[in-house]
Amino acid sequence: MAAVELQGVSKRYGEGPAEVHALRHVDLVVEEGELVAVMGPSGSGKSTLLTIAGTLEDPTSGEVLVRGAPVSAMSRNDRARLRRRSIGFVFQDFNLLAGLTAVENVALPLELDGVNARAARAEGTAVLESLGLADAAGRFPDELSGGERQRVAIARAVVGDRHLLLADEPSGALDSANAEGVMRLIRSACREDVAGIVVTHDAQLAAWADRVVFLRDGRVVDQTLPPPSPEDLLEPYHQR
Amino acid sequence: MSVPHALLALLSEGPKYGLQLRQDFEARTGEVWPLNVGQVYTTLQRLERDGLVASDSGTEDGPQRHFRITPAGEAELAAWLQTPPDLSSPPRDELVIKVLVAARLPGVDVHQVIQVHRRHLVELMQQWTRIKDDGGAGDLGLGLAVDAELFRLDSVIRWLDAADGRLKRAALEPPDQPPASPLPRRRRRVGAR
Repeated sequence: MAAVELQGVSKRYGEGPAEVHALRHVDLVVEEGELVAVMGPSGSGKSTLLTIAGTLEDPTSGEVLVRGAPVSAMSRNDRARLRRRSIGFVFQDFNLLAGLTAVENVALPLELDGVNARAARAEGTAVLESLGLADAAGRFPDELSGGERQRVAIARAVVGDRHLLLADEPSGALDSANAEGVMRLIRSACREDVAGIVVTHDAQLAAWADRVVFLRDGRVVDQTLPPPSPEDLLEPYHQR
Repeated sequence: MSVPHALLALLSEGPKYGLQLRQDFEARTGEVWPLNVGQVYTTLQRLERDGLVASDSGTEDGPQRHFRITPAGEAELAAWLQTPPDLSSPPRDELVIKVLVAARLPGVDVHQVIQVHRRHLVELMQQWTRIKDDGGAGDLGLGLAVDAELFRLDSVIRWLDAADGRLKRAALEPPDQPPASPLPRRRRRVGAR
């Protein structure tokens, strides 16, 4: 089943001479377990695409389906519940709450959704452990490095029964080693029933995705083809 | 890729047989650059002729022959590590020529030409990233060799992105002067000493 589907999505801001077309008739299907990167320059509509896929914003026209359910038919409360339970967001600047430890940050979405504190904390701890972040659990955000903070933010985005991970330039300010750590984590999170969309201008990040979709001036202009086998890739080297 | 210097580097760890050198070389480069055994022995013979390696005297050619690095070989290796490879002369980059030509050719959408190449490069990067991912974070040789490919391809994509933006801006602001020739008029030299 498609984790999320955008059907003919357009988004306009402003009116008259100030009108801006952020997205124009975008069609995009992301299957469960698939990691898709949306690549484009600043102003191409990447972030708008992500906020619409995450039901934070409505399209001007077109429809968004999350696991087959049309978002336009949902009430505000339904959408808020969908975001709390099913969708995880990762932003460039981490957005961790400074007064909470790593595990409390990770457990927070569960607690907001009515899970009791002890169970939420246990699940938060389990996710941190599964992502190799057990040491970070009791520390506050300002006691973590940039790379650790972003990995905790990814743990928060996948805790509970989430099936859609949305990331906006997730390794923006990180060096290449930490950026690789973040993408390895996102890659491994998207291997079962979790789908992911990463928007970025950085090809090294996008290359972790199963599929790269190219956005230009609000339109999907191209996408990558499925890969040949690694053996085919190494062939020219073996002939040297 | 300098095979002689790579072999000197491996011999600087201690004496080795030819076959062992080949296995070590492939392991250290993440098996991205395979060597055939003939290449190893030819290179070793040349290094021995030049006095950079020595082999056990009295033994026959073959897999049981031990090679070791000489003091001259150590000096050669140290000098090679510090010598910058020749990156200064502009290579005849086919992609640059294609974009320069597409930018001037009537009826050709240069942005579409750029996108075809951008997609191809991203697909190559996806394949390398998959090899790195499958190898795990612990394979140092593979990580280093694949990163070199990824950074090289990434730099070409960045150039394409910059060219795309530059061409877009240029289209919005038509030049006052008639268009110049599609190739730079003067070849500027960088890195000449």
